[in-house]
Amino acid sequence: MSEETEPNVCRPAELPSENRWRRFWVKLRRNKAAVAGGVLLLLYVFCALLAPVLFRGDPAAPNLILALEPPSFKDPLGTDELGRSILGRVIYGARISLLIAVGVIAVGLLIGVPLGLISGFFGGKVDFLIQRATDAMLAFPGFLLALALVSVLGVGINNTVISIGISMIPLYIRLVRSCVLTVREEVYVEAARAAGTRDGMILLRHILPNVMVPITVQTSLGMGTAILFAAGLGFLGIGVQPPTPEWGAMLGSARAYLFNAPHVATFPGIAIFLAVLSFNLLGDGLRDALDPRFKI
Amino acid sequence: MLNYVIKRLFSMIPVLVGISILLFFMLRMLPGDPAQVLAGQMASPEEIETIRKQLGLDRPVYEQYLSYLGRLVRLDLGRSARTQNPVIEEIWARLPNTALLAVVAIGLACLFGIPAGVISAVRPYTWVDYAVTMGALFGISMPVFWLGLMLVVVFAVVLRWLPAGGTGSWQHVVLPSVTLASFVVAFIARMTRSTMLETLSLDYISTARSKGLKEEVVVIKHALKNALIPIVTVVGLQFGLLLGGAVLTETVFAWPGIGRLIVDSILARDYPVIQGTILIFGLLYILVNLAVDILYVVIDPRIRYE
Repeated sequence: MSEETEPNVCRPAELPSENRWRRFWVKLRRNKAAVAGGVLLLLYVFCALLAPVLFRGDPAAPNLILALEPPSFKDPLGTDELGRSILGRVIYGARISLLIAVGVIAVGLLIGVPLGLISGFFGGKVDFLIQRATDAMLAFPGFLLALALVSVLGVGINNTVISIGISMIPLYIRLVRSCVLTVREEVYVEAARAAGTRDGMILLRHILPNVMVPITVQTSLGMGTAILFAAGLGFLGIGVQPPTPEWGAMLGSARAYLFNAPHVATFPGIAIFLAVLSFNLLGDGLRDALDPRFKI
Repeated sequence: MLNYVIKRLFSMIPVLVGISILLFFMLRMLPGDPAQVLAGQMASPEEIETIRKQLGLDRPVYEQYLSYLGRLVRLDLGRSARTQNPVIEEIWARLPNTALLAVVAIGLACLFGIPAGVISAVRPYTWVDYAVTMGALFGISMPVFWLGLMLVVVFAVVLRWLPAGGTGSWQHVVLPSVTLASFVVAFIARMTRSTMLETLSLDYISTARSKGLKEEVVVIKHALKNALIPIVTVVGLQFGLLLGGAVLTETVFAWPGIGRLIVDSILARDYPVIQGTILIFGLLYILVNLAVDILYVVIDPRIRYE
């Protein structure tokens, strides 16, 4: 449940010109861990997008005769308690977890970024209200907030996305606000104001592009957190519901078979681990590559 | 110091009010009649009516909120829809179990995380450093409940050294606390490494070395002592993470703590218990952060609170 890492915040003076983009790209490519993260991520997205091609058949269709078969040539990862191929369910699970992660980040970005922009740019009472609401939300650890929201909204993919997404909003508000406070004092913002540009335009054209770097890093790390949270809710039985092949829910039902078929609990966990690792490796790499203190 | 603590306690009030508003509206967001939801599926119309009157649902919303706040101040969290016991009693009975798990886990995490971070910072960009850094990243990326299941497979099913779940002896504490600690140790190691790297590059460390002090003395007495503040901060912040992790770990190991209580209550739609446990978790989180603030003064005599 990673809640760490406020990315090495905004540096308006280090805006990515063409030359800087090239330098960023070189730095990122030289970071072996980030490259490994990128490769893992490509593999994960590949599985998610091409699931029906990689595994033919219905991953939710039971076949009780084959229940709890160990890994074999026919079923490389074995079968679960209902005789379903674990390989097929893990591949289709990539699709579900990616869908959830993208949805969660969309909720966090679409609500958190505008609120952070408004809070930091306008200050005053609006800022005070938004910040106190953020304080109250941050008083709960992220996973618990998602848990509380799920208890109200109910189970299922949509409610999982909404609950985890809402728990991400305060992180984006804080991050964007702290960057806006720095950027709004820059000369080019003052110049835009002096030229009579409207506030909305200044926010969209001058401030938003300059807070994109930390948002990008936070998004990469946030995707990993979203996958972990969603798997956690699924594991507890209050997230995505069976027979949908969701990795956490697969682990939840595998608990009953730990003693006679431990392979059922092994592979979905490895899938979650690798997916989250890919985002964390890439997120760390992005942060280092975008941080001017790290030299090539 | 006492003044500072009192000031900090007062500064908690707006956050607590925010939490109470969140929890108050959480119940109002539920589809249908809150009285019906609180009374449970099997409740008679009379019981539902009694709860409606108790909650004052016929009164304006601000009056309802004020009376809700009044009950919270008296720690009257209502009764469980499942067991009919007062919620505070249910929480009180399980709190020691969660506290035990959290304390042992934090202790283990510091015991392994701080030395790992220090060793990594002392030998930067060597294989030891890479091993610690990658190990920490693996720890952060690993789903805590899966690690718990794998530990059960290895130590309870294959080796039969430790019990797979439950409570009663020190052996029962080992697997849940190691699982929970593994999650936090990674954050502590990462923070210790980065803080120590920064501290070790400061001038006074060069002075200490040029005085001919032993490297261990320089690292432990001069560098680590000064790097402790951010480390303590991260330990405090990880407490929240630990509470989230406790929900999952307690479920894996059938550990009778608050985390398990919250999951059971969600599955049974027992809203008074859900509200109560979330409130207590929020309170605990805030109090631990306050304790961390106070601990700064103990660790660093340069900090004085007026």
